[in-house]
Amino acid sequence: MDQTMEPLLEVQNLSVSFPTANGETTVLHNASYRIDRSEVLAIVGESGSGKSVAMLAVMGLLPGTARVTADRIAFEGRDLVSMSEKERRKIIGSEISMIFQEPIASLNPCFTAGFQIEEVLKQHTDLDKKGRHKRAVELLEAVGLPNPEDRLKAYPHQMSGGQCQRIMIAIAMACSPKLLIADEPTTALDVTIQKQILELLARLQAETGMAMIMITHDMGVVAETADRVVVQYKGRKMEEADVLSLFENPKHAYTRALLSALPENATGDRLPTIDYSADFTGETL
Amino acid sequence: MLRFLFSKLLLIVPTFIGITIVAFGFVRVLPGDPVLLLAGERGMNPDRYQALLHQFGYDRPIVVQYFDYVWGLLHGDFGISISTKQPVFQEFLNLFPATAELAICAMFLAIIIGIPAGILSAVKRGSIFDQATMGIALTGYSMPIFWWGLLLIILFSGILGWTPVSGRISLFYYFPSVTGFMTIDSLLSGEKGAFTSALSHLILPSIVLATIPLAVIARQTRSAMLEVLGEDYVRTARAKGLSHKRVIGVHALRNAMIPVITTIGLQIGMLMAGAILTETIFSWPGIGKWMIDSISRRDYPVVQGGLVLIAALVMFVNLVVDLLYGLINPRIRHQ
Amino acid sequence: MSDSTLGQPVQKRNVRLQMLAEFWHYFSQNKGAVVGLAILILLVLVAVFAPLLAPHNPIEQYRDMFLTPPFWQEGGTLSFPLGTDAVGRDILSRLIYGSRYSLAIGLIVVSIALLLGITLGLLAGFFRGWVDVAIMRVMDVILAFPPLLLALVLVAVLGPGLFNAMIAIALVLQPHFARLTRAAVMAEAKREYVVSARVAGARNVRLMFKTILPNCLAPLIVQATLSFSNAILEAAALGFLGMGAQPPTPEWGTMLAEAREFILRAWWVVTFPGLAILITVLAINLVGDGLRDALDPKLKRS
Repeated sequence: MDQTMEPLLEVQNLSVSFPTANGETTVLHNASYRIDRSEVLAIVGESGSGKSVAMLAVMGLLPGTARVTADRIAFEGRDLVSMSEKERRKIIGSEISMIFQEPIASLNPCFTAGFQIEEVLKQHTDLDKKGRHKRAVELLEAVGLPNPEDRLKAYPHQMSGGQCQRIMIAIAMACSPKLLIADEPTTALDVTIQKQILELLARLQAETGMAMIMITHDMGVVAETADRVVVQYKGRKMEEADVLSLFENPKHAYTRALLSALPENATGDRLPTIDYSADFTGETL
Repeated sequence: MLRFLFSKLLLIVPTFIGITIVAFGFVRVLPGDPVLLLAGERGMNPDRYQALLHQFGYDRPIVVQYFDYVWGLLHGDFGISISTKQPVFQEFLNLFPATAELAICAMFLAIIIGIPAGILSAVKRGSIFDQATMGIALTGYSMPIFWWGLLLIILFSGILGWTPVSGRISLFYYFPSVTGFMTIDSLLSGEKGAFTSALSHLILPSIVLATIPLAVIARQTRSAMLEVLGEDYVRTARAKGLSHKRVIGVHALRNAMIPVITTIGLQIGMLMAGAILTETIFSWPGIGKWMIDSISRRDYPVVQGGLVLIAALVMFVNLVVDLLYGLINPRIRHQ
Repeated sequence: MSDSTLGQPVQKRNVRLQMLAEFWHYFSQNKGAVVGLAILILLVLVAVFAPLLAPHNPIEQYRDMFLTPPFWQEGGTLSFPLGTDAVGRDILSRLIYGSRYSLAIGLIVVSIALLLGITLGLLAGFFRGWVDVAIMRVMDVILAFPPLLLALVLVAVLGPGLFNAMIAIALVLQPHFARLTRAAVMAEAKREYVVSARVAGARNVRLMFKTILPNCLAPLIVQATLSFSNAILEAAALGFLGMGAQPPTPEWGTMLAEAREFILRAWWVVTFPGLAILITVLAINLVGDGLRDALDPKLKRS
């Protein structure tokens, strides 16, 4: 393992705001993130915490009306903000890739799975048609889909959510990314499928040594997959720690509230809820 | 896919029956004696009246008359025109190519300008281009096209003298009609200047006829595009690092075109069915002008037959459009 | 829930006012729609005060003033600001009185079409079964014909004239309302508030009008504005083809029919009536677009 002290992805003071009917709303306030090679970082929070927005901003996937400001967004030391559009697009999809929450909706209904996988190979590799097809088959095998040849000819509406998510993962893994961002990849899936997808992601991460950012609202997922955790609430970072410390010794009131709301932690006969009247944002770590 | 086809075909039957009922009832609802109306004569001696009564079948029960009528239709008998004494069906076939040529040309213009305009407006949403284009589209859509045509004639034929005022080709030229399409026939004839003449006669009516479809297509394309651009799979395409051109032109466009194709198809149906106003203004000898002339001339067999033929034509075009839609939409094509 | 039953009528009115205010907030954000509304209001005023505004009697022929150009051209005069037509009638006055016809046509046609279409749609959507099938097939037949052609044939049957033209157009436009109403009714009838009203013993007619219909209003209003502008255009087209309003009625389309032979000689006889139609229909369509955006904000937030 090479010993570059430089983080793989470094984000400093990222803010995102949107114009709305009532003026400009800030959805992310001065958030900073750092992830090293082969690390698994979890960003956890409820809806509205801005957890997806941060990574969408890094990938450049926010709508044009969004206002994105940051001191620095650097990948392998290279500044993504000042880079040209063309340079950026060489990195997005190949070295950094992303999968999303609604797998069937995330695939284009007009094209086959094979088309959509081979498309990303065509964009970022020199493989010829035969090579792309071969690689697509390999990828489907790697993500655990049986009958890859048939699967490549299928359309998204002919497949289940779990299968589509595996296709998305195949697309994301196609060019051997150094960083995979997973935005709530299992939220829209059945519980049994959730487990399979998470195991698949963990296995791929271990095998390839890529870094992974797991965005989720599920503390259980955090416990199973992450090395380090960032807790967010209303667009601000509340706490950041390695996973064991976070669970055993949560420092921020909000983290404590989140953890105590887990059913596993129920002590009495009433499930604790998060008291939103408390101002969590007052405390910053 | 087959089930889709079958269900569409099934719907046609009752509608077609309804159309025949309307046409059948049309003559009987008119004020005046139907025999006299269909013969086009005012007074006639009683023997001739009886003969015609029998010939037209009015002495039989009405249900029998209806079935005779439909039977005739299915055999291509749509009546005889009072003014020209020709079979209505034959006249229709003679005049239809003129309307078809005009409609195809207009549709071509509408698509070539409308779709790119709609796409660009969607991509540059809120910009000056977007507002201007949609403003122009709205104006085109709100315009009485008979007035628009007259205005263009004043400008291009009257003041500038660039285009002729009426007809399909200059009277200098005469050549046999092969396809019925003046542009093609003029090329085939080899006569010098014929093709240019045909084209110069075609261009102004096409522009006028294209105005409303163009506006509708531009608006539809824009809204379909806007909806598609917000979809998850467009975000995925961007996340793959694909170029802007490819995201819009391949991923977004394919999906946006699906509803737009339906719109285009419906517009074609309307155009084919008689660009009545345009043909009237430019004295374009197509089925639209044929119908309006026949109505004013009280050539009722033509009106009756024309109704059925035109409605059948529209239904046919709509069916083709439905099928095309089924082919293009992958959710329907693949079970 | 609220605690006073006495305050209910007042609360209802307040809720309605609030909805109106919210509606206006969304509507006024669309500048085009506001402009359209202003033009429409102006038009209504012109129509109402026509006798006061028009310089001349619209059907009076000034025998020595045939085809006078507008006042800014040579040969024109300020007493006939927009010129005169082929029989010496003042165009401006005819335009002003013509606004009465166009607005009346729109109102009457849409009213008839709405009444007929909503009734048929309610019956079809509510009772389903063969009633639904029969009504919808009839609608299909009407829609199978190109609208102008069908209107022309209907007028041929009924005889040319403005009143018959309006009936014909209303008949041709009404299937759109029927379809919309039926679709909305079918969607609403499945909803819980309808089921609970039925359980409470509400009878069919009451259900139809008091419970379901108010919730289907939005798409109907939008379609009504579209039909309003279509009605004006179709009536003008029929007038142009000689099947609508008959001369000397100063309806804008009929004015264009009379002007046709003079287009190369007297451009003003053709331009102004058409311009009047264009501006009116444009204003209505602008308002219609604004209504659509305001009534369904989820659909379009630019």
